[in-house]
Amino acid sequence: MSLTDVSAGYGDRVALEHVTVSVARGSLLAVVGPNGAGKSTLLKLMAGLVEPWSGRVEILGGPPGREARRVAYVPQAELVDWGFPVTVEDVVMMGRFPRLGPVRRPGREDRRAVVEALAQVDMDHHLGTQIGRLSGGQRRRVFLARALAAEPDLFLLDEPVTGIDPTTQELLMDLLEAQARRNRTVVATTHDLAAAAQRFEQVLAINRTVVAYGPAGMLLDADVLAKAYGGHLLVLPGGAAILDDAHHHDDAAPGERHFHDRDAH
Amino acid sequence: MDLILEPLGSPIIVRALLASAMVGIVCAVVGTYVVLRGIAFIGDAIAHAGFPGVVVAFMLGWPLYVGAAIAAVGTALSIGVVTRRAGIRQDTAIGVLFAGTFAFGVFLFSTIQGYVADLFSFLFGNVLAIGPQDLVALLVLGGGVVLTVAILWKELLYATFDPLGAAASGIPVERLEYLFLTLVALTIVVSLQAVGIILVVAMLVTPAATAQLLAVRFTRLMLIAAMVGVSSAVVGLYLSYWFDVASGATIVLVQTILFAVALVAGPRGLLGRRATRAAAATGAAEAAR
Ligand SMILES: Nc1ncnc2c1ncn2[C@@H]1O[C@H](COP(=O)(O)OP(=O)(O)OP(=O)(O)O)[C@@H](O)[C@H]1O
Ligand SMILES: [Mg+2]
Repeated sequence: MSLTDVSAGYGDRVALEHVTVSVARGSLLAVVGPNGAGKSTLLKLMAGLVEPWSGRVEILGGPPGREARRVAYVPQAELVDWGFPVTVEDVVMMGRFPRLGPVRRPGREDRRAVVEALAQVDMDHHLGTQIGRLSGGQRRRVFLARALAAEPDLFLLDEPVTGIDPTTQELLMDLLEAQARRNRTVVATTHDLAAAAQRFEQVLAINRTVVAYGPAGMLLDADVLAKAYGGHLLVLPGGAAILDDAHHHDDAAPGERHFHDRDAH
Repeated sequence: MDLILEPLGSPIIVRALLASAMVGIVCAVVGTYVVLRGIAFIGDAIAHAGFPGVVVAFMLGWPLYVGAAIAAVGTALSIGVVTRRAGIRQDTAIGVLFAGTFAFGVFLFSTIQGYVADLFSFLFGNVLAIGPQDLVALLVLGGGVVLTVAILWKELLYATFDPLGAAASGIPVERLEYLFLTLVALTIVVSLQAVGIILVVAMLVTPAATAQLLAVRFTRLMLIAAMVGVSSAVVGLYLSYWFDVASGATIVLVQTILFAVALVAGPRGLLGRRATRAAAATGAAEAAR
């Protein structure tokens, strides 16, 4: 999978520019960066949901979308209507729909795959529960199960462990690790730098463009962090804080604290 | 018993019953997705946009269905394009389109002199006026819509629930969107003669809304919606026959009453919720003891 000098955005607004990355098969890659850095946009590019403005994207040996059935994408949690009349089992079964095609109804094999995927995320006791009646972390686990049930070669997971308790987070990371070991590629965005450093193999730090890309251990390097999160208060896994203001990007979220505000006035 | 069997002696009533039952099913099946997508307003807009098509067809001496179908499908597809590409809010765009097309229909209508009962039946519905050929057209078209949903229900469901996840895994979400809007338009065309432009949105929305109060699973929801749609169409038609009142309005009133009953007495309705809370409270009190 590779992106070559890719720029993309929404309307006339740039979200990513000059991104060049190549990801080997079987990688376990964390994408990190501040809010609005373009993490979700990068995943949407890979999933073929956003067209690049320029540059070239190649996924599983072709343009995005060509091998779509081998890709499982899990959107960020806010994008789903939780009042929808579907049960946990129904949601995970959707992961099987693309391979079934029109007309065919899910069979015994599909039902087995669904139960197995739910068992892997420890949610198989909730088969008949309406999706909106689950807690936030449980919903994330169900969506991960949907991706597992699809048996894809590429997982694109937008914040899969956000809002998940530490024990379950370990369980999910074990699962993703196992998938990577079976030569499936896993790309996940996260705000949990400690987990990114410890549980992923590679890390891609972005802030509108690639800030750093390499082995996960580099996240312990203060310079890399300062570049990615420049200008924002940041607490490192070890407890140290970065107060640097080298490269902060244009659109800070309202209410966000910037240290230069204090210095300048 | 005679009250039920006696009307069946008249071919007009039999045709009306078949037509209403078909309309009840088609509207409920397509309406299930309409309600889940929250696009009832689009349904209403497409129905009103059918009116100028009907008037033009009347003036040209074409079958009125053809005019309605062209106008409705055309509007549905342009709504699809506007939704995807334009920078204005969708409900604003549709509001403008909706009022404009209907005004155009009324404008044309006011230029016609003389006998226009046919056109009135498209506005308010007159299921008793359905002739044998109309019935065949209605059954074929309605059957086609239901068959299409039967083939693609999974894909439509996935694309409705999680369009991004569905598109990423190879479901042609954009094409399904246009197809779905076309199905909504055809459903409306099928229903026009039975319930009329003004009430058709109720046929589309009310059975599915009622079912939503009773079911937590999609397939069951659609089944209940279809049952509500058919039974209210049949009951409404009989009532309108016995009391000699407008059929379309009676059918919609029956649906509204069913909705109100589900709202009050259903498991997720007002009474049901109170019962659950009361049970939980007693349970907690007992546990505390
Ligand atoms: N649908 C959209 N329409 C317009 N602009 C968008 C849209 N989605 C994202 N953007 C813009 O693109 C930029 C990158 O957004 P993106 O969602 O990729 O960030 P992110 O890194 O995923 O942030 P977060 O950590 O908050 O999830 C932001 O500036 C955002 O304002
Ligand atoms: Mg994001």
